[in-house]
Amino acid sequence: MAPPRRTITIDPVTRIEGHAKITIQLDAAGAVETARFHVTEYRGFEKFCEGRPFTEMAAITARICGICPVSHLLAAAKTGDKILAVTIPPTAEKLRRLMNLAQITQSHALSFFHLSSPDFLLGWDSDPARRNVFGLIAANPDLARAGIRLRQFGQGVIEALGGRKIHAAWSVPGGVREPLGEETRDRISAGLPEAFAITERALGLFKTLLDTQLGEELEVFGSFPSLFLGLVGPGGLWEHHRGAEAGCGIRIVDSDGQIVADGLREDDYASFLAEAVEPWSYLKFPYVRALGPEAGSYRVGPLARLNLCERIGTEQADRELLELRQRGGRVVTASFLYHLARLIEILACLEQMQQLLDDPTITATHVRARAGVNAHEAVGVSEAPRGTLFHHYRVDENGLIEAVNLIIATGQNNGAMNRTVTQIARHYLSGERLTEGLLNRVEAGIRCFDPCLSCSTHAAGQMPLLVELVGADGQLRDVLRRD
Amino acid sequence: MSVRTLRIDGRDLAVPEGTTLLQAAREAGIAIPTLCHLEGLSPVAACRLCLVEIEGTDKLLPACITPASEGMVVQTATPRLQDIRRTVVELLFTEGNHVCAICVANGHCELQDLAVTTGMDHSRLPYRFPARRVDLSHPFFGLDHNRCILCTRCVRVCDEVEGAHVWDVGWRGEHCRIIAGLDEPWGAVDACTNCGKCVQVCPTGALFHKGDTTAEKHDEPAQLQALVHARHHQQWNP
Repeated sequence: MAPPRRTITIDPVTRIEGHAKITIQLDAAGAVETARFHVTEYRGFEKFCEGRPFTEMAAITARICGICPVSHLLAAAKTGDKILAVTIPPTAEKLRRLMNLAQITQSHALSFFHLSSPDFLLGWDSDPARRNVFGLIAANPDLARAGIRLRQFGQGVIEALGGRKIHAAWSVPGGVREPLGEETRDRISAGLPEAFAITERALGLFKTLLDTQLGEELEVFGSFPSLFLGLVGPGGLWEHHRGAEAGCGIRIVDSDGQIVADGLREDDYASFLAEAVEPWSYLKFPYVRALGPEAGSYRVGPLARLNLCERIGTEQADRELLELRQRGGRVVTASFLYHLARLIEILACLEQMQQLLDDPTITATHVRARAGVNAHEAVGVSEAPRGTLFHHYRVDENGLIEAVNLIIATGQNNGAMNRTVTQIARHYLSGERLTEGLLNRVEAGIRCFDPCLSCSTHAAGQMPLLVELVGADGQLRDVLRRD
Repeated sequence: MSVRTLRIDGRDLAVPEGTTLLQAAREAGIAIPTLCHLEGLSPVAACRLCLVEIEGTDKLLPACITPASEGMVVQTATPRLQDIRRTVVELLFTEGNHVCAICVANGHCELQDLAVTTGMDHSRLPYRFPARRVDLSHPFFGLDHNRCILCTRCVRVCDEVEGAHVWDVGWRGEHCRIIAGLDEPWGAVDACTNCGKCVQVCPTGALFHKGDTTAEKHDEPAQLQALVHARHHQQWNP
């Protein structure tokens, strides 16, 4: 008789955006054999967009997510620009960038303060009922308030530009719908000093934690070599929005810092990216086509963007980038440093927002180009907070959608997230010893990547956690429950 | 001119002969919801939102085509009528594919407004999710059959005001839909003068300006009255 194998299931994974579960396979000796991150929801946007006018795509695809609707709004509008075959007014391009910077700021603030910081500020093994943003409010009200204020600032900028915080139908094919008034510009500028102060404080705090008590996490939470992929600007500058139309391109580097590919155009994504499918997850596994599913697995998002760029191009963020590289190497492979990368990117966003707001042309009123359908296929790219986002549409002669392909940032980190949970499970878990705090570390490995799975909003800390230890014979051996 | 006296919602009114109950009520400041009705176009009593109760008959009658008659006692907002109106709106929503969040008419839609005023916070009926198409063949305008409620305002305005008669209702029963020409792509119908009156009077986002995105349709159907009035009184003749 074969030795019994056991499965531990963490379902659902909490404090992430969307629905997922983790299963951990133990062998007969109780050692971790494999761990898998399953995305358990199916949404079907690519199918039900068929037959709709391409002009609706920004509004429809923004509904993919309540956290990062701006990413889809911008990628859809950029794809629409290419279907119109227009160069959008320069001010429209700047305003879109401004909104994306605000979006990255608010999303990163949510990830760091609301979702992840309770783990390292309150402790991996602290009471799960309090290990959330409410526990953080009780334990460190100033920091919790600061995090909420920073996210509020980013959301406020989105609202000031688009008329509402979530699902603002503002970026459209050809540009944006409303210009920025001087009064609104000044109001946004007035919020920047507080946002800078909060970010600098969080950076200081997190770096201290890294130096004093998070050494093991750096080694264990998804530390492995892989490729990194994302947009870079001309001269290798950090980039978050512009694609081939502005001389920016997609770069791929390996863990040694070697540039594997550079200047790739988003239009050609299908030639350099492919997607693998596994029967146990609704989330596909993209990889670099030329290297195959294993060697071609790559990471995207804040850490990837910082690894890819030569420099950010603003003073404070570049100083922090240098320090990050001193800490983790020229190409940082420790996924736990995604958290630090997020804070550095917030700083970069704030500095670049300041630059854009100081530009006198930001309030120009010509912000939309109008045209008919001049191309039947287009690919738009944008850097979402979580990584590179591709929208690919094919339309008929009247502009009705015939086919859609969306490559979402979170999907591209799928391989890395699976490797991360396996690495953490192997390090911490054995069949003999099961505690909620140890399983929380497995979940936290996923939180490093801030995945946006639905992408829909879920209140932090509200979801129950059920862990079942099941024997190879299907008998329930042990249950851990967090209501 | 003879006069008819009647009572609507407890108020005694005197109106000229030939006045409809809807006109009488509106002149008295009593609101009765309508959807297919539009001042300036012939009434068709299709939507059944303006049904009222009249003493002496069990039958509910549409206010838009029922003339006021002597001694009528009319109720416009009984609980029974309110429930019927909400049900009518629910039927309209469940019969098509009305996704306000992404609609060009979001915020400027008569169907959406009626959902609010009739208290339709959810549908008690199952959604049908019919498979319908969008016609973007016209150079300036689009037609989304998903959002069409078959009020026929477009059919009437094109026939009665523009005189082009591009639109008709084709097919039968649940397959009824607005057709252009002899059921051709709109852009292929030579009779269309590109005037846009059909877009102007459409109560939902079914007819729209091409290129408009969410909530950008701000047409004002009531402007038609000014046009019809000016024509009738030959205001533009020297």
